[in-house]
Amino acid sequence: MTVLVGPADATGPTGRAGYGNEHNEGDDMVKVRRWFPSFLFVLPSIILIGIFVYGFIGNNIIGSFAMVRTRSGRIKAPGGFQNYSSLIGDPRYQHALWNLLVLTVTFVAGTMFFGLLWALLLERGAKFEGLFRSLLLFPMAISFVAAGVVWRWLLSPATGAQAVGLNQLFQMMGLGGLQSSWYSAGRFNMAAMAIPAIWQLSGYIMALFLAGFRGISEDQREAARVDGATEFKLYRYVLFPQLSPIALSALIIVGHMSMKMFDLIYSIAGQSSYTAEVPATLMWTQMFQLNDPTAAAVNATLLLLIVAVAVIPYLIYTNRTEKGVH
Amino acid sequence: MSAATLEADRLASPPVRHRASTKGQKAWRSLKYVLLICFSVIVLMPAYALLVTSFKRQADYDQSTAWQIPAHWSVEGWVAAWNTLAPAVGRSLVMAVIASCVSAMLGSLNGYIFAKSRFPGSHVIFVLFLFGMFIPYQAIMIPLSGMMLNIQDGAPWFSGIPTLILCHIVYGIPICTLIFRNYYATSVPTEIIEASRVDGATTWSAYTRVVLPISPPAFVVTLIWQFTSAWNDFLFALFLTNQSNGPVTFGLNALASGQNPNYPQIMAGVLVASLPTLIIYIVLGKYFVAGLMSGSVK
Amino acid sequence: MRGKKLAALATASLLVLSGAACGSSTESGSGSASTPASTPKAGGAGGTVGVFTWWADGSEKKGLDALEKMFNEQYPNDKFENLAVAGGSGSNAKAKLASDLKNGNPPGSFQGHAGAELMDYIDADQVQPVDSIINGLGGSKVFPQTLLDRLTVDGHIYSVPVDIHRANVVWTNPALLKKAGVTSTPKDVDGWLADMAKVKASGVSTPLSIGGTWTQTELFESILASTLGADEYSKLFTKDGKWDSDGVKKSIEQYKKALTFANTASDGDDWPNATDMVADGKAAYNVMGDWAVAQFEMKGKKYKTDWDAFAMPGKEDIFDFLADSFTLPTGTKNPGASEDWLRFVGSKDAQVTFNKLKGSIPPRTDIAPTGFSEYQQSAMKDFKSPDTKIVSSIAHGAAVPLAWSSEINTAMSKFYQDKNTDNLVKAFVAAHDKYAQ
Repeated sequence: MTVLVGPADATGPTGRAGYGNEHNEGDDMVKVRRWFPSFLFVLPSIILIGIFVYGFIGNNIIGSFAMVRTRSGRIKAPGGFQNYSSLIGDPRYQHALWNLLVLTVTFVAGTMFFGLLWALLLERGAKFEGLFRSLLLFPMAISFVAAGVVWRWLLSPATGAQAVGLNQLFQMMGLGGLQSSWYSAGRFNMAAMAIPAIWQLSGYIMALFLAGFRGISEDQREAARVDGATEFKLYRYVLFPQLSPIALSALIIVGHMSMKMFDLIYSIAGQSSYTAEVPATLMWTQMFQLNDPTAAAVNATLLLLIVAVAVIPYLIYTNRTEKGVH
Repeated sequence: MSAATLEADRLASPPVRHRASTKGQKAWRSLKYVLLICFSVIVLMPAYALLVTSFKRQADYDQSTAWQIPAHWSVEGWVAAWNTLAPAVGRSLVMAVIASCVSAMLGSLNGYIFAKSRFPGSHVIFVLFLFGMFIPYQAIMIPLSGMMLNIQDGAPWFSGIPTLILCHIVYGIPICTLIFRNYYATSVPTEIIEASRVDGATTWSAYTRVVLPISPPAFVVTLIWQFTSAWNDFLFALFLTNQSNGPVTFGLNALASGQNPNYPQIMAGVLVASLPTLIIYIVLGKYFVAGLMSGSVK
Repeated sequence: MRGKKLAALATASLLVLSGAACGSSTESGSGSASTPASTPKAGGAGGTVGVFTWWADGSEKKGLDALEKMFNEQYPNDKFENLAVAGGSGSNAKAKLASDLKNGNPPGSFQGHAGAELMDYIDADQVQPVDSIINGLGGSKVFPQTLLDRLTVDGHIYSVPVDIHRANVVWTNPALLKKAGVTSTPKDVDGWLADMAKVKASGVSTPLSIGGTWTQTELFESILASTLGADEYSKLFTKDGKWDSDGVKKSIEQYKKALTFANTASDGDDWPNATDMVADGKAAYNVMGDWAVAQFEMKGKKYKTDWDAFAMPGKEDIFDFLADSFTLPTGTKNPGASEDWLRFVGSKDAQVTFNKLKGSIPPRTDIAPTGFSEYQQSAMKDFKSPDTKIVSSIAHGAAVPLAWSSEINTAMSKFYQDKNTDNLVKAFVAAHDKYAQ
C-alpha cells in the first residue's frame, strides 16, 4: 500500500536549502565538499534501489526477450518481440486484461464514491465521529489475505438451498432476488471482485478527503455564505475544486493498487483461477503451473508498462507543480 | 505549524457552531446518522461473520446456520488456530519489527538529505526512488527470487525471514523516504540547520543534533506504516518462503486452503493473523491515520 | 549481478563435470531401454540420501515417518535426510527444487506424480531413467504391465511409484438413491445421467456435487474415459490424438448434461465441500479420487451404509490412476544411496506399510489385501483384475505435463461459464497441438 507524493518543500529546492554554499562560488572543491557528505548519506539507498528496483527490472526485461528451446527441440519461446506478440495475442492474456479493466474501473469508482460520501457525512463533525471514522477505516488494518479468506466465503456463488455467505444473508433478509454468482460467472464478473477491495480501501479514501476538507479554512465557507451561496454551490464551486489534487492522488493510489492486485484475488478465487484471472495472478500461474518463466517475464514487463503509463505522468505533473510553487 | 505537529491533527473536527438549525438541517442531520450507522453495519458485517464462526465448535459448524450466533460458545477454533499459527506469528513479528526499524532509519537519513541538504541530481534520484514504490513487484520477482536462491546456496541460513527482511527494507525505502522528506520539509525550519552549520556542524552532526531529536513523530508514523505493510505482505512471502519458514500470511493462506477446512479454526486464524495490526490500529489509531495520510495532503 | 554470473558459471562447470562423470557409467547404456543395473550392496551403498517431498502433515507424514524408520533399519550404511517441505506444492518449494536442479545441487530423490508430469524434468535432463530399478524389483511380474505402459515416457520409466490413487470413483449417498428408487449401479454414463434425473425428481435439488475447476476436470476425464474406452482415451495424449472426434464431443455433451444436475461452484472451491454434500445427504453423487474416503471417515460415516462407491461405468472397467513416485535426479551426490531408496520404496514391505497409513493402494500386485481397509481391498481387487483397463489421469498430471493440464483446466473453467461444446473442442485441439509430442 502506498501513499502519495507529498507537499512541496516549504523552503524550496534552491536558496538556503540548496546545493552547496553560494558564498564560495568559484571554488568547486568547497562546493563538492559541501554536498558530497549528503550524497554519501543516500548512497546505501541508491545502491539498494539501483540493484533491487532498476537492476532487476532490467534483468526481467532481458529475460522477457529470451529464446527458449527444450532438450527435445520444442521451441517454448521464439525470442525477441515475438515473445510479446505471442502473449498479447493469447486469448487467455486478453481475458486477463479485460478482467483487470473491469476490476480497476469498478474498484476506482467504488472507493472514490464511498470515500467521498463518507467524508461528506463526517466533515462537518458528528457525534461519535471518532468511532464512525474508526469503524469505516478498520478494514485497512487487515491484510488482503486475511480479508480474502472471509470474502471467499461471503462471495460463494451457490444460490437457493445451498447458499452461503452473502447469498444466504440476502435470502434471510427476504432479498433473494439480489443473489448473484459474484465473481464466478459473467462477462463483468470482476466487478464483484472489486467489492472486497472497495470494502478495504474506501475508508482510506475517506480519510484523505476528510483531511482535505479540514484543511480548508472556515473563513472561506463563511465568505461564500455571506455572498449568499447555497450549500450546494458552496461545495460545487468553493470546496470541491480545492480537493482536486487529493482526488487525483486518490485516483493514482487506488488505480495502481488495482493493477498490482494479487493477494486478494489469489486468496478469494484460489491459485490459478481462470475466471478471476488478471495479469498479476496469471504471472504466478505462468511461473509455477505452466513452467514458462519467459512468458511470466513478458507479462510482468507489460504490467510494469501499464502502471508506468499511469504513474509517470503523475510523478512528472506533481513534480512540476511543486517546482511551480517557487 | 509547530515542529512536532503531525498531520493527524488536521483531522480534528472543527469547533461546533451553535446556529439555529432549520427543519431541513435537522432532517439532514438525522439522515446523516442513519446513513453513517447503515454504512458502519455493512462494513462490520464480515467482522461479525468472522467472530461468530470463530467461536463455534467444528462439529457444530454448518453452512446453513453460519450467520447465527454459536449454539455452544467454544474457544476450540482459537486454540487450534493459535497452535497452528503461533510459530509463524513469531516469525512475522521478528520480520516486521526489524524491517520497519531499519527502513525507518534509512528513510530518515534520505528524507533529511532530500529535504534539507541536497546534492546535484538529488531531485532526479528522489523521483526515481518514488517510482520504486509504484512498481508492480511482479516486475522484479523473477530476478529477485533467482538472486535469493543463489545466495541461499552459499548461505543456507539466509532463507525465509532474513530474505523477507531484506526485501521489506529495500522496497520500504521509497515510502519511508517520502514520509520523512515531507515531514522535514514542513516541520524543520531551514534556519536552524543553517545556524548549526554556521557553528561548524557537519552534515552528520546537524542531522544527529538538530534533526534527529525532533524526528520521533515521523518515526512513529513510519514504523507503524512499515510494520503494517510488512506484516500484511503476501506476495513476497509466497514467492520467497514456504510454510515452515514463512510469515503468518503464508501460514494463514495454507490453513485456509487446506484439504479439510475447519471453519472455526480458519476464521479464528484470520483474527489471530490480524491481531497485531488491529491492536496497533486501536491503540495508535491516530498515528495510523497519520501514517496513511502523511505526504498525501498539503 | 556479477555474483549471479559467477554462480551461473560455477553451475555450468559443475554440470559439465557431473555430466562427464556420468558419461562413463551411463552413456553406453542410454541407447537401450535400461541403464546398467548396478548391483545393490547389502546394507546400502553408503552416504546421505536427501528425500524431497511435500508429505509434512497428517497421514502422509505418518507414512513417510514409517518409511524413514524402515529404511534406516534395512540400509544401515545410508543416512535418510527428510527434506519435506510443508505446503510443498506451493511456489517457493517448487522454485527451490527447480533452482537446486538447475544449479546442479539436486536432492537424493524427489517426489512427483508418476507419468507425464515429470516431462519438464525429463526435458531438461534433470532426472534419469530408473528402468533397471523397476526391472530389478520384478518389472511386469510385480507391477501390472498396463501401469508400466502408462508410466513410460519416451521409452523409459523415470520414477518408482509408491502409491496409487483412483480418480474415477463415483461416491454415493445410498439413502438418497433408495428414496429416488435407484436400486442398481448404472451400466454406462447415460444410465448414470438417467439415475440423476430420477434423484432430481425425488426432490433433491443437486443430485451431483462438484467443486473447483480441477474437480470438474476430474469429472470430465472420468466420463471421457468411460465413453471412449481405455485405448481411445489413452491415444488422445499421443501425437495422433483426435480431440475433435465424435467420442470426445459425445463425452462433452454428457458432461454438460451432468453439470445441469450439479451445484454452483467457483474455480477455487475445495473438494471436501463437494464430498461433504454427499456425506450430509445434500447430493447423491460426487466424483472424486479415493482420498475422499478419509473425508467420509472424518465425518464418522460408514462404508456401505452411509456412503458407497462405484467406478464410473462405461464400455470397460476403467481404473483412472494417479501415483506418487520417486525420481533419480541427474547428478545427485550419492546415486548409490538414492538407488537404495528407490529400491526400498518399490519393495513389498515399504509399500504395505506406507499405503496402509496413507489410505492409498500399493502399485505392486503381489501384496495380499489383508489388513487394508474395506474400500482399499475393493480398489486393490479392481486394480489387479485382468478385466480392468488402467488409464492416466489428466487432472493429476499422469496423462499430460503440468502445462498441458493447466490449459485443459482453463478450458474447463471457460466451459463452465459458456457451456459451449465447440469452444471446448477447439481449446482441447489447440492444447494438444501445442504440447503433444
